[in-house]
Amino acid sequence: MSYLDNILFAVVLIVGFGYFILNIKKIYRNVNLGIDVNRNDNSKQRWRNMALVALGQKKMFTRPIPAVLHFMLYAAFIITQIELLEIFVDGLFGTHRFFKGGLGGFYTFLISFIEILSLLALIATIAFLLRRNLLKLPRLNKAELLGWPKKDANLILIMEIILVLCIFTMNGTDEVLYSLGKSHFEGTGSFNFAVSQHLGPVLFGGMGEGTLHILERIGWWGHFLMVIAFLNYLYYSKHLHILLAFPNTYFANLKPLGEFDNLASVTKEVKMMMDPNADPFAAPAASEGEVHAKFGASDVQDLNWGQLLNAYTCTECGRCSSVCPANITGKKLSPRKIMMDTRDRLEEVGRNIDANKGVFVSDNKSLLNDYITPEELWACTSCNACVEECPVSISPLSIIMDMRRYLVMEQSAAPMPLNSMMTNVENNGAPWPYNQQDRLNWKNEL
Amino acid sequence: MSEVLIVPTMAEMLAQGKQPEVLFWVGCAGSFDDRAKKITKAFVRILNRANVSFAVLGTEESCTGDPAKRAGNEFLFQMQAMMNIEVLNAYEAKKIVTACPHCFNTLKNEYPELGGQYEVIHHTEFLKSLLNDGRLTIEGGQFKGKKITFHDPCYLGRANKVYEAPRDLIEKLDVELVEMKRSKSNGLCCGAGGAQMFKDAEKGDKEINIERTEDALATQSEIIATGCPFCNTMMTDGIKNKEKEADVKVMDIAELIANAQDL
Repeated sequence: MSYLDNILFAVVLIVGFGYFILNIKKIYRNVNLGIDVNRNDNSKQRWRNMALVALGQKKMFTRPIPAVLHFMLYAAFIITQIELLEIFVDGLFGTHRFFKGGLGGFYTFLISFIEILSLLALIATIAFLLRRNLLKLPRLNKAELLGWPKKDANLILIMEIILVLCIFTMNGTDEVLYSLGKSHFEGTGSFNFAVSQHLGPVLFGGMGEGTLHILERIGWWGHFLMVIAFLNYLYYSKHLHILLAFPNTYFANLKPLGEFDNLASVTKEVKMMMDPNADPFAAPAASEGEVHAKFGASDVQDLNWGQLLNAYTCTECGRCSSVCPANITGKKLSPRKIMMDTRDRLEEVGRNIDANKGVFVSDNKSLLNDYITPEELWACTSCNACVEECPVSISPLSIIMDMRRYLVMEQSAAPMPLNSMMTNVENNGAPWPYNQQDRLNWKNEL
Repeated sequence: MSEVLIVPTMAEMLAQGKQPEVLFWVGCAGSFDDRAKKITKAFVRILNRANVSFAVLGTEESCTGDPAKRAGNEFLFQMQAMMNIEVLNAYEAKKIVTACPHCFNTLKNEYPELGGQYEVIHHTEFLKSLLNDGRLTIEGGQFKGKKITFHDPCYLGRANKVYEAPRDLIEKLDVELVEMKRSKSNGLCCGAGGAQMFKDAEKGDKEINIERTEDALATQSEIIATGCPFCNTMMTDGIKNKEKEADVKVMDIAELIANAQDL
């Protein structure tokens, strides 16, 4: 009978983590639907970037107030995992505060530290909720956030509040029980945890032993179940950045922001065109197993895996859109929407594959047009403000450029004035209709 | 002003068996746009004054392909790039200077993989190096004490992290350099990049260059300095739109330096 708790705990743990791992596998599979790109060079620089940008949150601190609030949450999140470990041990083996015996005074310090950070996290979460719902910050109220994304964001914050409340219920009631000598931890006295030694007696003092034990278990189980729920909610939410920020910053582009990749498939064709010895009537070289590459991207499978990882990593904070010159001036383009659309379409493609025994069956939809319109793509000035701003090194610009390539090279669908510009470049070597022979005329003009 | 600009071409240099210290890549705007041509000439005057041995490609120069690439036409870009690389390599060009951040970025970052390996520098960096080497002196002249703000071109700043060279040069003019609320890595685009220069803007509630001009006007500067012919156009249009032409001038850093010394 007394093993029932432990068995139940083990079942929830295994099912919870099992389902989470299934979802992670799905993400991995979906990200790998993208074409290959080499992001394994220069590992030293990559580790450095991950340490600075993901772990150190370097880019967050350009906006100090949200950065500090976010850091409170982040620090609490990391350090609470120690208490979670103890919950795992206690839950599986029926112990109570397993670490306390071995760690002694350090345990008191550790849990106190967790409690203080949790309190700060609670303050931050409430501040975020107020900011999101009352302050009407422009970047948190743009069109693409209306509906589910806004609910999603609030839900995450509410889950965080519940988690913190569980921690304090658990520690607060146990404090009172311990002072009565009724805690499952042997002995009597105070745990001396920084917050709950004061909060416990105030909130729970005077309650009966039975009630206290029930509340303690509610806090303990609540903490555990909330973590399992949160873990499994991640895949359905915008909150995957807590995990994916690390690989995403590691695999981020290391080249100068101004350097756009040169399409290798184009290089091959251009070289052939410019080769005076090439046989003009030759059939295309039949290289074995090579599929005709599409130029540019019209759907998620045409993007590279780095861009798809970007899409899963985006937490929809909207810093990109708040600095985008097109978005600021009222154009339809919003870099955040580019990332959200990419993820939504990728998920749709993933579900399609799941439903069709591992093969994608055309659904007559694509990222282009059904999600992202040419109007959005053509509004981009390629200024890199969005890329520079992203706290987790996402590049909405690279997706925009790949989609423009598709529009121009596969569909000849550039806006008319750009077609004129390109014709000029092709014919006169300048974007305007001037003769190349006149390029040095300025020298003699007054 | 009757002036004689000494502008040798690479072909002339080759004929004399000479190799210049640096190749000046003029760019399309610098060659054809009336406003940008003034920047080109100002830069040449400084080069002449500092006795820099340079040469241009002249009629052998062609568009780097930047606007085509940013518009999505990778074919046209690579065609342009490979033709230019053939010319540059034939002249054994080693070091290239340009007053256009778009040419600068493309030559520097996107040509190497296609076979064009050069040391590419922006004209503000080059002027800074002339100054450091004592080959150029900068005085405040007519600009002494004036308020100047610098608009960061995206392809110079964020794209290539060149923020200090233009500012160092401006400060040498004995002026008061004031930053806009959005500057350096947070600088706001003028609205011309990504081939926007050659098309109308999409529907919105404001033009980007107006938004940026307002940033510049908020600094109360008499001069908006730029380092890009396209930013220059956009900011000049913005100033006109605000009917501030009489009070505020948009000038390239090369022009500031040349004019300060009455070159």
